[in-house]
Amino acid sequence: MPSVSMKVNGSEVSADVDARTLLVEYLRSDLGLTGTHVGCDTSQCGACVVHVDGKAVKSCTLLAVQAEGAEVTTIEGMAANGDLHPMQEAFREHHGLQCGFCTPGMIMAATDMVARHGKDLDEATIRRELEGNLCRCTGYHNIVKAIAAAAKAMG
Amino acid sequence: MKPAPFDYIRPDSVDEAIGVLGEYGDDARVIAGGQSLLPMLNMRLVRPEVLIDISRLDELKQLEKTGSGVRIGAGVTQGALAIWVGLEPDLPLIARALPNVGHFQTRNRGTVCGSICHADPSSELPLCLALLEGEVELRSDRGARRVPASDFQQGVLNTAREADELATNVVFPAASNGAAYAFDEFNHRHGDFAVVAVAARSEGARISLAVGGVADRPEVRHWTGLEGSAIDDALNDLAWELGGNDDIHATAQYRRQLVRHLGRKVIEETAR
Repeated sequence: MPSVSMKVNGSEVSADVDARTLLVEYLRSDLGLTGTHVGCDTSQCGACVVHVDGKAVKSCTLLAVQAEGAEVTTIEGMAANGDLHPMQEAFREHHGLQCGFCTPGMIMAATDMVARHGKDLDEATIRRELEGNLCRCTGYHNIVKAIAAAAKAMG
Repeated sequence: MKPAPFDYIRPDSVDEAIGVLGEYGDDARVIAGGQSLLPMLNMRLVRPEVLIDISRLDELKQLEKTGSGVRIGAGVTQGALAIWVGLEPDLPLIARALPNVGHFQTRNRGTVCGSICHADPSSELPLCLALLEGEVELRSDRGARRVPASDFQQGVLNTAREADELATNVVFPAASNGAAYAFDEFNHRHGDFAVVAVAARSEGARISLAVGGVADRPEVRHWTGLEGSAIDDALNDLAWELGGNDDIHATAQYRRQLVRHLGRKVIEETAR
């Protein structure tokens, strides 16, 4: 079995894994980081979005071995010292979730959006870039509001 | 475990990758970004014995303007191309098409060459390569060759690449000064595969139109001096000629209507 080493939420981890292990399976089953969800397994729904070397990717369509040497951030790595990340805080404040299944992926995708667009992230851009993250509860309206608010707070 | 078992090989050079590919041929699949291949592996639509990961080969990460056009290595992601400084001046058509390729998260991994080698008939990048008459560079132990887009994509998920060949680069001819380009597509949700995608290029009286999502590969037509209702007639003929099938996304009749409507729209856009 190939061995894989990476840094997840700031900690060095390594393991021998079956080559076909998806990154999301490694995160959830081997590392117990179950905040990253699996919706579709085919890169459509966005529930599994994590950051690999600072960029949002869908961890269901990436092999764990492909993340060798990478820095991975999951939803568990967002809050610092017990304080919610500004994006998490904005989702709470603006009620950007109902069942919460899509929320980790939404937060990880949204922070990538803010990293690229900064505080000027507008509603049209948010709505367009949310195309890869499906939510079946909220109707997206409060998610969009939360991301716009977080962009201002983080900007 | 979603995919069926396979051995994973990460070669250290293009030569080594080609050697491994020559050894395993059809039993191997090449993975770069994996944004088309991983879903197919997860659904077990493909079950390779060996996966050859070329995503870390620096030799394949060059993105440069050459004498023959913009040459894009097999390791260059769609996201990297999207922020390349030469995109708008040299590849204005790609600049318009790229935001429609998957989602930004998949563009962060998915490669330009990978999309072209996957050869889905409704994908945007193969459509652009066909319209611009680009080329795919292939290498194997037997040598290297350049295949024009019109010969490369042969059908649904089917290309001229032989089992021992690695697609190392694609080359898009750079935009010419007097030409105008336009792209549009219809899909049920933005970011999904297009039901019908169209790309147009006009230079003087010459109009070229590429249509994806109808026939089993992108089809390109050229007209000269077409104006007014003659455009509609030409598009109507093309819509019928391309065939197209009923499926869960659209009927053949609806696809024909999209060819007429979107075709007219992009041709008019290039005429402005």
